[in-house]
Amino acid sequence: MSRTAAPGGRAASAPLLGHEIEPTLFELSVAGRSSYQLRTTDVPATPLSDLVPIEHLNDEVVKLAEVSERDLVGHFTRLAHRQFAVDLGAYPLGSCTMKYNPKFCDAVAGDPGLNSVHPAAPAHLCQGWLELLVTLEATLCTITGMKAATLQPAAGAAGELTGLLLMRAYHTANGDPRRRVLIPDSAHGTNPASVTLGGYEVTTIPSTDRGLVDIEKLKAELDTDVAGIMLTNPNTVGLFEEQIVEIAQAVHEVGGLLYYDGANLNAILGVVRPGDMGFDIVHMNLHKTFATPHGGGGPGAGPVAVSARLADYLPGPKAVRLHDGSFDWSTPPRSIGRVHGWHGNALVLARALAYIQVHGSDGLRRVAQHAVLNANWLRVRLRATLPAAYDTTCMHECVLSASALKADYGVRGLDVAKALLEEGFHSPTVYFPLIVDEALMFEPTETESPQTLEALAQALERIAALAVSDPERLHRAPQTTPVSRVDEARAARQLVSTEDAAGR
Amino acid sequence: MADYLPHTSTEVEEMLSFLGMNSMDELFAHIPAAVQLAQGLDLPAGVSEPDVAASFAQLTSANRATTTALTCYAGAGAYDHEVPAVVKALGSRSEFMTAYTPYQPEVAQGILQAIFEYQTLIARLSGLPIANASLYDAATALVEALNMAHGATGRSKMIVSAGVHPHWRSVIKTFALGTGHEIVEVPLHNGTTDLSLVDVSNAAAVVAAYPNYLGVLEDLTTPKEIARANGALFVIGGDPVAAGVLKTAGQWGADVFVGEGQPFGTALSFGGPYLGLFACTQEQIRRLPGRIVGETVDSNNRRSFVTTLRAREQDIRREKATSNVCTNQTLMAVTAAIQLGWLGTNGLREVATRCAQGAHYLFDRVVEVAGVRAVSTEPFFREFAVTLPMSANEVISKMADEGILAGIAVRALAGERDASLATDNENVLLISVTERRTRSELDRYVKILEKVVAK
Repeated sequence: MSRTAAPGGRAASAPLLGHEIEPTLFELSVAGRSSYQLRTTDVPATPLSDLVPIEHLNDEVVKLAEVSERDLVGHFTRLAHRQFAVDLGAYPLGSCTMKYNPKFCDAVAGDPGLNSVHPAAPAHLCQGWLELLVTLEATLCTITGMKAATLQPAAGAAGELTGLLLMRAYHTANGDPRRRVLIPDSAHGTNPASVTLGGYEVTTIPSTDRGLVDIEKLKAELDTDVAGIMLTNPNTVGLFEEQIVEIAQAVHEVGGLLYYDGANLNAILGVVRPGDMGFDIVHMNLHKTFATPHGGGGPGAGPVAVSARLADYLPGPKAVRLHDGSFDWSTPPRSIGRVHGWHGNALVLARALAYIQVHGSDGLRRVAQHAVLNANWLRVRLRATLPAAYDTTCMHECVLSASALKADYGVRGLDVAKALLEEGFHSPTVYFPLIVDEALMFEPTETESPQTLEALAQALERIAALAVSDPERLHRAPQTTPVSRVDEARAARQLVSTEDAAGR
Repeated sequence: MADYLPHTSTEVEEMLSFLGMNSMDELFAHIPAAVQLAQGLDLPAGVSEPDVAASFAQLTSANRATTTALTCYAGAGAYDHEVPAVVKALGSRSEFMTAYTPYQPEVAQGILQAIFEYQTLIARLSGLPIANASLYDAATALVEALNMAHGATGRSKMIVSAGVHPHWRSVIKTFALGTGHEIVEVPLHNGTTDLSLVDVSNAAAVVAAYPNYLGVLEDLTTPKEIARANGALFVIGGDPVAAGVLKTAGQWGADVFVGEGQPFGTALSFGGPYLGLFACTQEQIRRLPGRIVGETVDSNNRRSFVTTLRAREQDIRREKATSNVCTNQTLMAVTAAIQLGWLGTNGLREVATRCAQGAHYLFDRVVEVAGVRAVSTEPFFREFAVTLPMSANEVISKMADEGILAGIAVRALAGERDASLATDNENVLLISVTERRTRSELDRYVKILEKVVAK
């Protein structure tokens, strides 16, 4: 199927004025300029040295920058213009679920009734917040098929570690601490890092040539020293682990627990639930699945939901509904303790609840359906250009390979990814998962239109044609972006991470 | 039935037929039928944005906001500072909000340069050369500091002042379940840490708070010397606003600074998303958690920025990584850079000074109220604790009826048997003052407090 490529999701028309570097805030600074305005308070201006002993005062002035408000706005607006974002164009970055973030959800979070509430306010002054947290917990449990949840973890990796500490607390309470956690070789890097920080050893399970967990090798590793297994399903090559029920049974038979990495939850919303597959612990990435804006690298939110047998160990305090219908805080009886300084990334939680309520049961299922439809359409559409590593029905993302382009023309996956930037699209995830050669992992998400997908496919076709006719141009790409390829080796060799280190 | 999907039903049919399929269900045919949901999720059907807005209005009206209903004297790491329109406008630009982690530097110079500027500002405020691109919050930043200390020393004993925020201490204990670190708390005496009470030998880290969570400014010379003498890293958990006028962590001799960056442009937000500040010495750079942005050049020799020293990170080192942090709090870091740009050198000094002036003005009057006494005779900065003649919860409740969030009940914050507290802690109230509090508000606070405790 070929269709008109009149996309809403291509950013090649974005205006970029010139190619000069943007001065830093410090280079814009002129001593004596200022932009701050504070409230008139009439509090007596007692000299600081009368209030605080001299040995605590800094006798040097810590220099920040001194700019006018106009220059401040100009600077950060120009920086914004040097930044690709979902709001500009399609962002098919695999594993990251860069879908459209509804403005409505931001507006909800911007209400002073939510964003101007102190986290230590007594419960009777923040009943609305507590109810919101109780409702979200119940909703996330329904979506995942779990019994109870903590909303404290601030990101997916924090959720992973929380989940592993729950696993540890459970086994320890049973007098059977165990040592090992199994992880497939296709897993995200956060999984093994979290396992180590959870005090466990990683045992890696290889994948089959179909991209799925090798269940025979998995079974060979199972014994009573296995605390559990961490699985992403669909996995990081975008495929559903079809033998999940058998895997769950085998792990449970040796007394292990199943941990569900919710990075790819978008693919199965309303279709199948981790709890029904046999998982005991689930973390969700609300900034992926439930469309809260990723903020250039955070904030996220990584709630963890668990089955009944783990509920007593959840972090606390948790918001709970009392018999009289009011709300309060309560800590589960065998809680592992806090995993966040307050109650988690609360405004992210509020956005996610608004998103879920707009979609409802029917809308969430459509989200998964359209995400999977888009990924499969792209996979098949690009079959002749960039074949899929595993050419079978995928879920919300497809992993294509530039292996042939590399062998035939010396054009690598990275070159393709960089050239795509010039076409007005964000790159896919490159070189992940590690088990696929020259991997290009595309996750179009459900909010991109068929026209945008066609434009993306045509862009990749043009790039593949260039690989034949002018591979050198691809090695040099991109040239039309705010900067061209950067010297990463130099950045690492001589670290300059501040204006002061730069000697300016 | 509401969603944000662009596909028309005709387009869906065309796409399915391109795949040789007749229905959406076929896309999921390879999932075992036994585990598929037969009836869909047991949730209400979707409704329109205005409908959801109406139900959220019910929730928000059941909260008492500090902007409208309550004048805020609660702090403990979450402060009611001025956030001007310009910071809100720039910090909510959709290019910053809706970008992912800057994996493709050619199209992410905006975020990367803003982080570079943020790193510079935090390094200067902490008096240390290296700052990372942010962590989740102060509590989890402290967890990372302890992991760094373990990596640097090979030891597992962490000496932690009970003046460190009780929630931060709770968080480090939780994560110690996995790492096996031994957390040794040093009790407070007259509001300050007494290190002679614990055995510091073989410690990986000595952790102090500046100011401590009861507001007290402790002399950190001794803790630093004890840390040095025992080969431990010296970690300071500090209030970054204090750095506008007080000695920096670097000047006190810290190896690591962690702090809560919420005061720099982030609303109270019911506790999150906030901003974990993390800075350290050059010696610890290979153990730095999270991301760091470095300056370099592009292939046309133009100044550029890129995430660097990536070999430390979890996606490359996997199970050998010393931190699992991936997503952090970039938007809050960018916002902090904007807020600090707005404040500038003099603005931050003025904010810090006004916090101290307001807090001391209020302290002098509050301790004159019958039955109220100071918890500590030590110096403080912008926050202080007092013992009331009745329960702090009751006072907070009654003052809220008068439109004042009087502070935080320390027992609610710390728990009953916390090493930071004396036994009659139920009556201890923690009061904080920011630059936003006027003299008439402070006078009214005293008047209402007098009335409440007189009853």
